[in-house]
Amino acid sequence: MQSEPTINSSPAKCLLSAQHITHNFAGQEVLQEISLQIHQGEVITLIGPNGAGKSTLLKILLGLLKPSNGKVWRDKNLRIGFMPQKIQIDQTLPMTVRRFLDLAATQANKDSIPREQVLDDLNIEGLLDKPIQKISGGEMQRVLLARALYTQPQLLVLDEPVQGVDIQGQSEIYQYLNQIRNRYQFGILMVSHDLHIVMKHTDQVLCLNKHICCSGHPLEVSQSPDFITLFGAQEPGIAVYEHHHNSQQCEHSHGEGHIHLDSPISFAPSSKPDKILGHSCSDHNCGCSDSTSSNKS
Amino acid sequence: MIDNAIYSINQFLLMDMGLAALGFLGMALLGGIGLALISAPLGVFVVWQRQSYFGATLAHSALLGVSVALLMETNLSITIIVVSLLIAWGIYTLSHTKQLSSDTLLGILAHSSLALGLILISLQNSVQIDLMSYLFGDILSINAFDILLIAFIGLLIALFYKAHWQDLLNITLNSELAHVEGTKVKQVQLQFVLLLALMIALSMKIVGVLLITSLLIIPAAAARRLAHTPEQMLGWSMVIGIISVLLGVAASYQWDLPTGPAIVMAATALFLLLLSKKQA
Repeated sequence: MQSEPTINSSPAKCLLSAQHITHNFAGQEVLQEISLQIHQGEVITLIGPNGAGKSTLLKILLGLLKPSNGKVWRDKNLRIGFMPQKIQIDQTLPMTVRRFLDLAATQANKDSIPREQVLDDLNIEGLLDKPIQKISGGEMQRVLLARALYTQPQLLVLDEPVQGVDIQGQSEIYQYLNQIRNRYQFGILMVSHDLHIVMKHTDQVLCLNKHICCSGHPLEVSQSPDFITLFGAQEPGIAVYEHHHNSQQCEHSHGEGHIHLDSPISFAPSSKPDKILGHSCSDHNCGCSDSTSSNKS
Repeated sequence: MIDNAIYSINQFLLMDMGLAALGFLGMALLGGIGLALISAPLGVFVVWQRQSYFGATLAHSALLGVSVALLMETNLSITIIVVSLLIAWGIYTLSHTKQLSSDTLLGILAHSSLALGLILISLQNSVQIDLMSYLFGDILSINAFDILLIAFIGLLIALFYKAHWQDLLNITLNSELAHVEGTKVKQVQLQFVLLLALMIALSMKIVGVLLITSLLIIPAAAARRLAHTPEQMLGWSMVIGIISVLLGVAASYQWDLPTGPAIVMAATALFLLLLSKKQA
């Protein structure tokens, strides 16, 4: 089924590496001794409960925030495509989706990821002339992903890329990411609340709760006691899904895809969404008495 | 010494460049139009970034510049500019420490600097100054040196926008995204804030401390209805600003109204007129 873990044996180029990152926020330690590396072609998913420091770590890795201690090394002239969690644009700014995309800055000499291809793949040609404030949340996610790809990234950083997207949309986005990662060989770092569907294509999962509780291949992580105490038990490798039904998202037919994938969608949600909560914690630093991994950050 | 130099520049502009031929009304119009042109590019971003309170704070603290100038007996325009730049830089630095919400911070700075300015002015018994003219402006007091300053700042703004228009748009959309994509966010923002402070220091004479923000935001807000792109909004904002100045000065001349408020009311009238128009 899945390829074996390739973490340390990977010969691919290192894109970004963080060493012993510690960060304090108003006297409180929010990150402790975090070290990680991201290689070309690798998918790393950062998961953790609310307040685990995911966003802070992401900001540090992107260079938006200076860590209290520790070093971040980025490959020289590394092009990062960033997909923020959400983006608020004032109504007074007249801007179409097309203009928004065209403003994407790139230092690349040539487009190795053709822009027309991105538009076609993500099915946003029809949105191009709409004001950016008038598109829906799910459309915005696709537009933000397109903009990240427009920058011709060597590393794609996604902050909660499927927030507010329905189950089918989520699996589409993940499958699409996996496809283009294979096609263009860039690295992916993403932040997520929940493993669920992410697991399938991720090379390495980092489970964060101020420090890295556990890491490794999704299969290992999902069976690690630390993970189970943080998130509850899951069936390894299979999507467990809680359907938070939202009336706004129900207008489209669930059979139709938003994203043009090379192959049909091949996943099925588990019929057993039951979680086992409240296992004893083997790592006392985890502070994981509260294991609710519900939505919203 | 500086005042002597400025006096000579004034004389040069008036006599040799022929500005004297314009008369005080012509000078007022020229200054007003120049101001409308330089406030438009700053105003659109103030509106897009929801920073009108920031502009208001700078304006309030510009009055501190007036009192400092009187206290130190230095040139008024230049002192106001220097004080405004210092305060703008201070606000910019403080707002990046994030200890207080920037709203609260601006509220404290705006009114404490206004209060300090008023106290310093009141302490100088010997000087008779018309406080009203700083609060509400006196466009007819514009001199040739002010027009030279407006032209100079216009040039600075043009150069800055030519280099950073796209960067500014990206920062407005999302500063973190802009930063990751390689825009020098802090540098561009600081330059923008300093230009804003310059513009406000200059427009104080024309519309006064209390009305400067309106010159920034009303033409831009009115232009929204006519624009499909950021560039169109900038262009229309300039046009609406110029029309407002012309209408305001004309009304002031005709009915003996205070000029600054007349300009602001003209802009507001245009805004309301365009509000009834359907979105372009």
